[in-house]
Amino acid sequence: MPPVELLLMLLLLATVIVVARLKDLFAAAMLTGIASLLAAGLFVLMDAVDVAFTEAAVGAGVSTVLFLGALSLTSRREKQQERTRILPILIVVATGAALIYGTWDMPAYGDPDAVIHHHLAPELIAETEEKIHIPNIVTAILASFRGYDTFGEVVVIFTAGVGVALLLGGLGLRRRDERGEEES
Amino acid sequence: MKPPSRVREMPILRVIARALVPVILLFGLYVQFHGDFGPGGGFQAGVIFAAGLIIFALTFGVEALRQVVPVVLTERLMAAGVLLYGAVGVVAMFLGGEFLDYSALDPLTTGHYGQHLGIIVIELGVGIAVAATIMRVYYAFVGRRPGEDETGAEQALDAGAGREVS
Repeated sequence: MPPVELLLMLLLLATVIVVARLKDLFAAAMLTGIASLLAAGLFVLMDAVDVAFTEAAVGAGVSTVLFLGALSLTSRREKQQERTRILPILIVVATGAALIYGTWDMPAYGDPDAVIHHHLAPELIAETEEKIHIPNIVTAILASFRGYDTFGEVVVIFTAGVGVALLLGGLGLRRRDERGEEES
Repeated sequence: MKPPSRVREMPILRVIARALVPVILLFGLYVQFHGDFGPGGGFQAGVIFAAGLIIFALTFGVEALRQVVPVVLTERLMAAGVLLYGAVGVVAMFLGGEFLDYSALDPLTTGHYGQHLGIIVIELGVGIAVAATIMRVYYAFVGRRPGEDETGAEQALDAGAGREVS
């Protein structure tokens, strides 16, 4: 593994372990943002710039702010756990081991013989420019070839927004808004 | 989350935020409209744009932001973004194509211009919907105060979560 990737991986691992062990929730929230930023750096090194973009903006930016917003409603410190519970630890370790076992069957990173590089990718890379006439293949695939999927995703985002608005209220905000409009 | 008054008294934060927010918003627009040439697109642009506005709210207070972007506006824009995306599909159908077949948007040429136009408009819909949704979620989070509840059900939920109900 190249040194920069290795360094980022180690930093990511250290950050995640610290987050899991911290009792100070404010520090934990900030460190989750840092973990996202490190992950975004890794994505850039893997040439997944679009994903890195999303990870940096959502993971490091907005979700940290939302964590802090939630923290302002509750206490800053995690409650002390009286006894260590064995079962949850066992489940976590077993799931992690199963996931790592699963990666053994994955092709090596960047392996040109991997199945995924032979199924649709060559055709898409060769023909997108000619069919859609825009240089960014990722955008062309997401917006045009998979326009239905992307439409569904936007509807999901919209639904999520409506759900949060209904569940977390903000009705007071609305009322205050309308009152403000009347005043002005 | 109302920023503590100390944040508003910090001149460095205020000056830097004042200088950065326009740049972030401009960068958001760049990612939005340059998404078909460089990395990015509607989703990333929407998040960046909303993040810029949230930085403004963190530094100058939520009330200052609510004067620029009222809560009702975010709710309307959420729906408007989805409708804009869907409308492109319907317009394509009226022009003789299938739903979301952008080539039909431009019947005169072989469809390249239509593809380009369709992608730009649907990405704009995505960007508007995402930015508005994130703003709305942010408002929902900061609009709550500890112990402030609108219904008894929420109080029961809070009590169930072990939080003190005032």
